[in-house]
Amino acid sequence: MTVSPSVVVLDYGFGNVRSAVRALENVGAQVVLTSDFETAMEADGLVIPGVGAFAACMAGINAVRGSQLVDARLIADRPVLGICVGMQIMFDRGIEHGVDTAGLGQWPGTVDQLQAPVIPHMGWNTVHVPSESELFRGIEGEEFYFVHSYAAKTWAMSRSDLYQPDPYQRPAVVSYCEYGESFIAAVENGPLSAVQFHPEKSGNAGLALLGNWVSTL
Amino acid sequence: MTLGARVIACLDVDQGRVVKGVNFLDLRDAGDPCELAQVYNDRGIDELVFLDITASHFDRGITLDLVRRTADTVFIPLTVGGGVRSVQDIDHLLRAGADKVSINTAAIARPELLKEASERFGSQCIVLSIDARRDPEMPSGFGVTTHGGRQSTGIDAVEWARQGEALGVGEILLNSMDADGTKSGFDLSLIAAIREAITIPVIASGGAGALEHFPPAIEAGANAVLAASVFHFGEISISQVKSELAKAGIPVRQVGIDTT
Repeated sequence: MTVSPSVVVLDYGFGNVRSAVRALENVGAQVVLTSDFETAMEADGLVIPGVGAFAACMAGINAVRGSQLVDARLIADRPVLGICVGMQIMFDRGIEHGVDTAGLGQWPGTVDQLQAPVIPHMGWNTVHVPSESELFRGIEGEEFYFVHSYAAKTWAMSRSDLYQPDPYQRPAVVSYCEYGESFIAAVENGPLSAVQFHPEKSGNAGLALLGNWVSTL
Repeated sequence: MTLGARVIACLDVDQGRVVKGVNFLDLRDAGDPCELAQVYNDRGIDELVFLDITASHFDRGITLDLVRRTADTVFIPLTVGGGVRSVQDIDHLLRAGADKVSINTAAIARPELLKEASERFGSQCIVLSIDARRDPEMPSGFGVTTHGGRQSTGIDAVEWARQGEALGVGEILLNSMDADGTKSGFDLSLIAAIREAITIPVIASGGAGALEHFPPAIEAGANAVLAASVFHFGEISISQVKSELAKAGIPVRQVGIDTT
């Protein structure tokens, strides 16, 4: 018998994280909502949620030593999943209202405003999923719930940037979505995965995606 | 590969129970909101709105419990509105599991609330709900009302939407008080007038009575259509609305469309 994997949802004081906790529980994880460094380090999986402004999220992340936490987990090859702004802050920087904020810098690139007639991009949209994706296995054609005004548009990582702990040196699996322009909807890069949409708000498709992630823990 | 037009069900909630008023006056009971939310989720609703019409602030704890119960079992976006007066009210609702909070009368009394709320919680979770009514004395021809449409505020509805956007709200919930309860269709010129003035999403509400009413609302510029009683009493199904929109060439989320 397998023991259900433990997941910490990082609590740094932002928005509705209750749904993320319940959705992860729904797919079989034992979930703790905390900002405690050791607990977050020891969990099988760490989820970084995030809504609102990039700068405010980074301030919250820094207040709980989130940068060191993510670094430490990735070096130890321990899975991390970023959601929405929790994905955006994995990039080098975010530009919102002309304010340029440093992100966690796990991935090269900038998060900036989507160019579309109606902003935010709010609602259900489909995603272009490469066939190697594990996160989207079985739900490749489904729709997911997005709410955001900013996004990373281009994937700029070269092979040499890849995490050393990944013995296969696999290239990252990058899924795209379109709203006014093409942007990154999801990244699977060794232990670090992230999605721009809200799987915890994407009905059965979202639960299936979280289930796929939890099953890798 | 396109964003779908959203189909939203609104549940009017009084002390934890679903009610729906015809023009907000004649209330009928239609059950437990949490159970109803699950049924709607199973049938492919894209989003849910709980409008809390509980009169007494004293009973708001019941609403928070309801939001918690619903957010724990239904994994689609949930907006909660009704009687939201302060940043603290919003904080409580978001913590209970609401994804968005809609603000109406309190913002008319104090527009800065919209700015404070969107700066603190992010634009994406602050919805400005506007009860608009045709008013020839207003520059746009539409005025903002309160008290279920009975009282005029003297504010132009299009100007108010523009101001809401400037104050940082992420979405407009546009209720036509003329069309509400009539089942004679959405107020298309109201939708078009608001759409022209702002670039944030608009939810069209009020007047849905037949399938053919839905596509024109999206074509007039709404990004989502909201209905209540026609859904609650089974007069129109979610599947039928999505099929009708798809037939008109409007992209929709496929979940809920009956493909058999």
